[in-house]
Amino acid sequence: MKHGIELEKVGRIVDGEMHLADIHLRLEPGSFNILLGRTRAGKTSLLRLMAGLDRPTSGAIRFGGEDVTRWDVRRRNVAMVYQQFVNYPSLTVYENIASPLRLGGRLSRQEIDRRVRDTAATLRLEPFLERLPAELSGGQQQRTAMARALVKDASLLLLDEPLANLDYKLREELRTEMRQIFRDRPAVIVYATTEPTEALLLGGRTAVLDEGRLLQVGPTLEVYQSPITERVGQVFSDPQMSLLEVEVSATEARLSPEVALPLTGHLRSLAPGRYRLGLRAHHLRLAPASEADVRIPARVEVEEVSGSETLVHATHGRLSLTAQVEGVHRHPYGTQLDLFVSPSRVFAFSPEGRLVAAPSSTAQEAAHGPH
Amino acid sequence: MRPSRLAIPLYLLLSLVPIYWLVGMSLKTNEEILGGFSLFPRAPTLANYVTIFTDPDWNQGYLNSLTYVGINTVLSVLLALPAAYAFSRYRFLGDTHLFFWLLSNRMAPPAVFLLPFFQLYSSIGLFDTPWAVALAHMLFTVPLAVWILEGFMSGVPREIDETAYIDGYSFPRFFLRIFLPLVRSGVGVTAFFCFMFSWVELLLARTLTSVDTKPIAATMTRTVSAAGMDWGVLAAAGVITLVPGAIVIYFVRNYIAKGFALGRV
Repeated sequence: MKHGIELEKVGRIVDGEMHLADIHLRLEPGSFNILLGRTRAGKTSLLRLMAGLDRPTSGAIRFGGEDVTRWDVRRRNVAMVYQQFVNYPSLTVYENIASPLRLGGRLSRQEIDRRVRDTAATLRLEPFLERLPAELSGGQQQRTAMARALVKDASLLLLDEPLANLDYKLREELRTEMRQIFRDRPAVIVYATTEPTEALLLGGRTAVLDEGRLLQVGPTLEVYQSPITERVGQVFSDPQMSLLEVEVSATEARLSPEVALPLTGHLRSLAPGRYRLGLRAHHLRLAPASEADVRIPARVEVEEVSGSETLVHATHGRLSLTAQVEGVHRHPYGTQLDLFVSPSRVFAFSPEGRLVAAPSSTAQEAAHGPH
Repeated sequence: MRPSRLAIPLYLLLSLVPIYWLVGMSLKTNEEILGGFSLFPRAPTLANYVTIFTDPDWNQGYLNSLTYVGINTVLSVLLALPAAYAFSRYRFLGDTHLFFWLLSNRMAPPAVFLLPFFQLYSSIGLFDTPWAVALAHMLFTVPLAVWILEGFMSGVPREIDETAYIDGYSFPRFFLRIFLPLVRSGVGVTAFFCFMFSWVELLLARTLTSVDTKPIAATMTRTVSAAGMDWGVLAAAGVITLVPGAIVIYFVRNYIAKGFALGRV
């Protein structure tokens, strides 16, 4: 009864502008999939194609082996949650949740009531069932929208940045709950987000989308640990990944006349030539963690203090570096300081941006995720 | 502070003077009206109103007017709803031109259409029926209604439509159960403007009717010329003519401001 969805060479062009190109994607029933990409990467476009709200310009979409490319959205068994809180303003929360069930006309009144109350309980909406959506907080409105999407047991559940319009605290709260809510659902779930942190917290599989193209698909942690291109690394890093041009010789990778990284561990396999090294911000430190750490003298450009962490944007010659460090630091513009990085933590990309060497995915790295 | 405190009472006074005078006249006898200046009716009388409610010439005029105004309002709104929805939701060939053309329709003076309507209706037997006036007025009210409703409908996020389709609503069901309640105020404002246009329009209404469906506005103007000056009755008729407008505006008063805010009223 439950089906996977399959996209084959799907593309969409609107007014001569390419929105999506050559998308191949296969999502299994019961899987949790994250669509990760920056704003305007094509996430919403792709979700709308899957939902059947838009038609692809080329390619085919199959549902359980059946070609549904031209099917009307009403015929597809899908549910969608938007970034904006979309509910029916004139219906109470109860009626909002019940509305997809009433339309089938196959369910008895008691059955509808039972399912509405079950779903409302899961999303902690019970006290608000008789209210109108406008009388609820943003978080509760989005819960209502999710309840309406969950109640109908669709075989494809699409969530388009559902937490983006919520304030920080509500977002954290709902995100934690969401892992529970989506666990053991037989449907294909697709969750679009711009935030790498969110992708890592939710787990599942991740498809990285950029400028309308799929760059990489795989288990979330795997994509995070070995992004196949520099671009994937950038999309899947927040704060941004520092990229440093280096010249690799037989023994070392030289950043500048005064700094070079020794070719140890995974870097040992690099053939001499030009490369770009990718450094995630939390791997750059203000103090060495071990003997092997390499010192990079740098000049502070800007600092952003966010609570217990500080983001240091600095330059080393022509290279710009972003470091995310613990604690609150205040270095005025132009301050000289030393940044330290362990060679075992750097990604090496070819000049074309392909991944050449990734740090070995040890358990430590997983625990070391950004948060 | 001082001048603004004075300004509002002064404005109210000035704008209410004609209405007060009309009401005052309707409660006076013809002798008193013609006798000279009097601020209050010396011997208030309802005789003028009694005349209107008992004389079929008069009260039939009101019924005639209400009939074609009602037909016009209902048809205009019913036609404009789907049209405005299409303009607010779909892009189609020439949509912006068509939308502008709707407005440009309103630039033509009604008098231009007198002759063609008169001749057309006479030849197909519509002359002197409520439909004649209602249809003629629709030439003006339908574009207006589409224009106003489109503004309200564009204020409803498209995602609501999509969510309804995803939920499995058929279009008619979505439109009636979900969409219409959201543009309720727009429908109210639109109906108000259609009603008022049709209610106060005199030229087409008078020309396209003769005996059976003579509107109240025509009755009033003809009374002046034919039966001499029955000032008191005329004033009473004027007061009664104000009433439907006042009632309608009472119901939509809260929505009108929203219409103004959308720049469509």
